Amino acid sequence: MNANTTITHTQGETQLMARFETVREELAGSVSVDALRSAAAAQLRQAGLPHRRVEEYKYSDLRAFMKSAAPLATPSAAPDIEAALSALDSYGDLERHRIVIANGSYRAEFSDAAALAEDGVTVADFSAALTADDGAQLLATPRTAGQDGLLALNTAFVQGGVVVDVRAGTTVSKPIEIVHVATSEGAQVTRCRIAVGEGAGLRLLETFTGDMGSGELNAVFDYAVGDRAKLASTRLIAGAAAGPRLLTTIATIGADAEFKSLGFIAGPGFARNQQFVNFTGEHSDAKIYGVSMARGTSLADQTLIVDHAVPHCNSREYFKTVLDDSARGVYQGRINVAPHAQKTDGEMMTQALLLSEEAEMANKPELEIFADDVVCAHGATSGQIDEELLFYLRARGIPEDEAQTLLIMAFLSEAIEEFDEEDVTEVLEARVRDWLAVKN
Amino acid sequence: MPAVQETIDQVKAIDVDQYKYGFVTEIESEKGAKGLSEETVRFLSAKKDEPEWMTEWRLDALRRFKTMLEPSWARVSYPDIDFDELYYWAAPKSVEGPKSLDEVDPELLATYEKLGIPLAEQEILAGVEPKNRVAVDAVFDSVSVVTTFKEELKKAGVIFCSISEAVREYPDLVKKYLGSVVPVTDNFYATLNSAVFSDGSFVYVPEGVRCPMELSTYFRINEQNTGQFERTLIIAEKGSYVSYLEGCTAPQRDENQLHAAVVELVALDDAEIKYSTVQNWYPGDKDGKGGIYNFVTKRGDCRGRNSKISWTQVETGSAITWKYPSCILRGDNSRGEFYSIAVSNGHQQVDSGTKMIHLGKNTSSRIISKGISAGVSQNTYRGLVSAHRKASNARNFTQCDSLLIGQDCGAHTVPYIESKNASAVFEHEATTSKISDDQMFYCLQRGLSEEEAVALIVNGFVKDVIQQLPMEFAVEAQKLISISLEGSVG
Amino acid sequence: MLEIKNLHARIAEDEAEILRGIDLTVNPGEVHAVMGPNGSGKSTLSYILAGKEDYEITEGEILFNGENMLDMEPDERAAAGMFLAFQYPIEIPGVATMEFLKTALNAQRKARGEDPLSIPDFMKTVKAKAADLNISMDMLKRPLNVGFSGGEKKRSEILQMSLLEPKLCVLDETDSGLDIDALRIVSEGVNKLRSPERAMVVITHYQRLLDHIVPDVVHVLSRGKIVKTGDKALALELEKNGYADYVDAAA
Repeated sequence: MNANTTITHTQGETQLMARFETVREELAGSVSVDALRSAAAAQLRQAGLPHRRVEEYKYSDLRAFMKSAAPLATPSAAPDIEAALSALDSYGDLERHRIVIANGSYRAEFSDAAALAEDGVTVADFSAALTADDGAQLLATPRTAGQDGLLALNTAFVQGGVVVDVRAGTTVSKPIEIVHVATSEGAQVTRCRIAVGEGAGLRLLETFTGDMGSGELNAVFDYAVGDRAKLASTRLIAGAAAGPRLLTTIATIGADAEFKSLGFIAGPGFARNQQFVNFTGEHSDAKIYGVSMARGTSLADQTLIVDHAVPHCNSREYFKTVLDDSARGVYQGRINVAPHAQKTDGEMMTQALLLSEEAEMANKPELEIFADDVVCAHGATSGQIDEELLFYLRARGIPEDEAQTLLIMAFLSEAIEEFDEEDVTEVLEARVRDWLAVKN
Repeated sequence: MPAVQETIDQVKAIDVDQYKYGFVTEIESEKGAKGLSEETVRFLSAKKDEPEWMTEWRLDALRRFKTMLEPSWARVSYPDIDFDELYYWAAPKSVEGPKSLDEVDPELLATYEKLGIPLAEQEILAGVEPKNRVAVDAVFDSVSVVTTFKEELKKAGVIFCSISEAVREYPDLVKKYLGSVVPVTDNFYATLNSAVFSDGSFVYVPEGVRCPMELSTYFRINEQNTGQFERTLIIAEKGSYVSYLEGCTAPQRDENQLHAAVVELVALDDAEIKYSTVQNWYPGDKDGKGGIYNFVTKRGDCRGRNSKISWTQVETGSAITWKYPSCILRGDNSRGEFYSIAVSNGHQQVDSGTKMIHLGKNTSSRIISKGISAGVSQNTYRGLVSAHRKASNARNFTQCDSLLIGQDCGAHTVPYIESKNASAVFEHEATTSKISDDQMFYCLQRGLSEEEAVALIVNGFVKDVIQQLPMEFAVEAQKLISISLEGSVG
Repeated sequence: MLEIKNLHARIAEDEAEILRGIDLTVNPGEVHAVMGPNGSGKSTLSYILAGKEDYEITEGEILFNGENMLDMEPDERAAAGMFLAFQYPIEIPGVATMEFLKTALNAQRKARGEDPLSIPDFMKTVKAKAADLNISMDMLKRPLNVGFSGGEKKRSEILQMSLLEPKLCVLDETDSGLDIDALRIVSEGVNKLRSPERAMVVITHYQRLLDHIVPDVVHVLSRGKIVKTGDKALALELEKNGYADYVDAAA
């Protein structure tokens, strides 16, 4: 294709281009960061927003969905943040440290940085870090992401976020919750870099439950899991949002490390949770779980690439989707095994329950294997609730609605329970119950 | 396993690099002008003595082809094909119009004998009917040289002839069905085929008739720099049944040769078509030089209620295979099946699979795919299963297994599973692994050599698919698989 | 027939030493039992005899009818008459048991320069031997060991043994997972194969198998060494007192 050819821009794309010109001067970053931003904007200008002809967005046409692009959100006033936080519904009374990102910027005054410092964790403002000489390395993208449109969108516009460092050997006593809140209309573009030092341990909770307004939310989490380190992250995507919620995980996993994540989507609208998980050291484990619930005309998209670039690593991918009304579910998962990444063990499963005639599910579990001494498998199922099970329960006197709820709970719980983070399990199962209760 | 020992012996008897069917037939041949143009199309249409409507159909396809881009989504890579450097017509000079068996050039008969293709029509002697009779349509480069058992089939009402003959003799049937399953503009290669298709088979099985014998077409590319563009059309009327098998080979040549075929199947109410392929085009030498580029569009339309189409393929040849035999399950209660073995060795690249499109109610499909990669080959399964809004109670089961032999090859699985109907139940399973060390050791402990052990385990691996082939081809296919894997052990 | 001299071996991957100097001589016609606690190296010994690659011989030698067995590939050892009845027989999907038997038998015959058995002769032989072991034709048609019960797997091993007529039979915990009836059938199968030309090494944890297959010699293996050798009375003593004495003795 000729490098000069550009597409006809949609209104959303035109507005994005204009937005870039408007805010470019204000956006934080060193000279090289600015160059990266410009390159990302140029990519967007040329390729447009990701659309259905881009293989990775075949089922999630962001270009068609983002008919307009709001301006970037402006800084929040402190009282508004306070109000938003007090109204926030996330992990109940689970004990945790908190880091607050409001309207796209880190707000130290609402965060527990001091307590975290005592716990061996430093927290810095991402936008400040971008202005450092080596700021550009904070925007690195993984090889497996290729020319991903969401990452480009993030690089071009990223406002702020945090850089979290967990000191080597430290097991953080309480989970850290990173809360995103919006106090006004406008797009929020954030990036968080979480480095878990050698032999350290961290449980991370990510919250996207409040109303995000009509602008897009584009958040990238870049995890560096050191040798012998452990990271467990729970991502909660729920609540109202007119704009798309676009989340990206980049995970780089060292040797003898353990990485575990659960992406929980229970929100209306357009939600995409994409993950690029990369093994860089041997004898490590990754367990990636996903639970999606969608109704109305929502779209819940779970996409991931697990890259076994080195030998002797195991990965498990287990995804569950429940769809009602005319909602659409998407699962695209790929296990890559690089040449000579022998003794790889990868197993992927995606299962969907369709509760209504109009719901749609697209499953695309892929294996891409270039080494022979591997054991890889994937499975996919889709269908409706087992009528025989339903009948059995009803014959035992359980009303139909309740029986349905029971079976859907059981279906989703398989993934939630396997994630095996007990206190979080309770919170998530309560959310599933609430979601189901809305229907009845 | 009766074939194992035979296979081993056969494997040992040949060199790694030797392709059994790589000989060239020295026969005087007539070629059309080089290049893809309106003249080429008019020339070959005239050669075939086609009616005006057919020529126009082709020209329309050519015009559309000129506006299309070659697809790039498959996991295959090859240098650009210069369509103007190819010949689109080549035929042995001795072939002019349909012939009876005793008029065929002896050189051609010898070629088919060497390939092991029975062109003789065994007579029914004293009321004893020989078993397993097979009617053969033999296509040599761009023309069909002979079709056997035509008369006998005609008695049963079955039409079996070359597509060229069908265009002339049965224009109404051809007009009605040609392009009705694979539209002219379906894809790049199908459009090319529509413009320049040379020969292939035409089968029509009338209502209620069970075709009395296996039908088969044997494709042979002989000429250099010549593309083969076969076109096959099979129509099974209500309540009929036909089993069809195709085979193919080509000489060993240093240049790549192009084969772009289109196969269309139509099954009406209660009809069943079983279509089997043993694909053994020249795969290229051990350094990846030469070999056939095989770009094939095969699609079956289960147009009627309770109809059934079953594809079975054993793919061992070609430098590049790009092929997705599919079923459109339009009729209520219709059923589609895809059984595939794809073996790649050396530098071969395979990107193959199927599409099962569930449109009607209570439709079901089954996919069993076994991929075996060895050498430095790449082997991809690519498939689509989709249930449309009205496809209530659609069912699919897919089992997709890959076996890797050696550490330099690749095996990839790319399934698309789309459900737009809640009552559709889809199940998909896939595994990738190598032959386990424990299985190997167990076989060695019982005295099998490494090669024997691999052949045995591979034969077990592909068994579910082999069983779907007509008996006489099953043994042949098994041998072929082992020969294809020759040199991959050790 | 079998001479093991000062055999030391370790696991190739992690270099953990398993066998630490085994000496064992088995003559034609003899049945030797090798007993020992879990982890003493019993199964390792059987795998090394069959030629599994996972182990590294650091010292010592194994002679099989005077030939250096360690130089031979697993299939060469099989053709020379070495048979291992696996503790956990391997499943091979898609390969019917009958096909497997025929392939193995003819491969061995070929290695020895004999003609393959004709199909009718082969069928006759298999049927007769299968009947003795209470193995149905149906089972022979099923893929090798796939979906077989524990007892069926062991009977299939013994059937292979009787068909291949090896010179040396090594039975690795053939009694594990068998109920009383299956144990009797399997033992009878094994006893039928006892002959003056054939030697057997029966590896087992429990004495009960030796009630059925009565050994000439009993060895106790502990921590990679033979710590005691005796007659069948030794097995009974072990049954009564356990392995505790010998575990200490080897330490």
